[in-house]
Amino acid sequence: MIGVGKIKQYSNVLDKPLSKGKQEVSLSAFAFLFSELVQYNQTQVDNISELERRLEDAGYAVGARVLELLCHRDKGNRRETRLLGILSFVHSTVWKVLFGKVADSLEKGTEHEDEYMISEKELLVNRFISIPKDMGTFNCGAFVAGIVRGVLDGAGFPAVVTAHFVPVEGQQRPRTTILIKFAEEVLRREARLG
Amino acid sequence: MAPVAPRSGDAIFANVERVNAELFTLTYGAIVRQLLTDLEEVEEVNKQLDQMGYNIGIRLIDEFLAKSNVSRCVDFKETAEVIAKVGFKMFLGVTASVTNWDADGTCCSIVLEDNPLVDFVELPDTCQGLYYCNILSGVIRGALEMVSMKTEVTWLRDMLRGDDAFELQVKLLKQVPEEYPYKDDE
Repeated sequence: MIGVGKIKQYSNVLDKPLSKGKQEVSLSAFAFLFSELVQYNQTQVDNISELERRLEDAGYAVGARVLELLCHRDKGNRRETRLLGILSFVHSTVWKVLFGKVADSLEKGTEHEDEYMISEKELLVNRFISIPKDMGTFNCGAFVAGIVRGVLDGAGFPAVVTAHFVPVEGQQRPRTTILIKFAEEVLRREARLG
Repeated sequence: MAPVAPRSGDAIFANVERVNAELFTLTYGAIVRQLLTDLEEVEEVNKQLDQMGYNIGIRLIDEFLAKSNVSRCVDFKETAEVIAKVGFKMFLGVTASVTNWDADGTCCSIVLEDNPLVDFVELPDTCQGLYYCNILSGVIRGALEMVSMKTEVTWLRDMLRGDDAFELQVKLLKQVPEEYPYKDDE
């Protein structure tokens, strides 16, 4: 009975027209869901780094899909091939779609050539999160770090991506910095391309 | 006079902070995938999703009551309407409809015309027994339990399983009388 009734059915998900990505849900709905993700993963681990790794894995799965979706929808099936291009794609396009705004800043690390940082004063996923004292430096931004790693990896820029709290003077809450450390091969390729 | 319950959640949804539905959809997908990897059995995943929904439901009801201005519903019929028209809209931005009432008004179906959880989703052969959206049934069950209604929520139709809509059957098992903490003063 395909096509009968209000909702059109598709035999295959790929036949379905791609949504424009303008649909929204309430922030609370996302926050509730995210909190369940974190709580569930807490039951599966013994320590903080394991928890961060699991959140990062969940994020990675999101990132890989976001890359595919955005390249197809927004960039006419093209993707960035240069380092700065892909970084600004993450900082602007990806951030805008996922979090409704461009990330607060994108900087190059001063000490290491292969490090870049995306910082956000109030990361969406951390909005309603307060870290208990006994959990030390744990940052739920690991999920976002995973998203970034998923996008970069999928685009051919393997990197180690981590999330850190950085205290800001005059602010009660620290900002979150997503630290991206590219694999050696990425920098070598970049140097070759000139 | 008690404030009149809003008949739609449009105005509330317009006023709350919102996020892109794709972030929500993909995050939910990531959760389901993690559960499938960890728990292996589809049945277990259904249970865990329902539990997560329940956890959300018992917290979400507070926000719902605070923001929606809904006063006490006179009967279960009104409750179901409010969930479909105000609840779903306020949190997920979609509206549902209520149908298939039984004779004594304790069992009905909530039909979803649009479901942000399932964009991009297709069930592989290995997951045919999965109730992908089982979190929703948990949310409804948990939220209603906090307002003294024990319910049973089951999926009747699921588009991911080839049906033409998403249909949740909500069955009122019993109204729990409100218990006051009488022993508070002791």
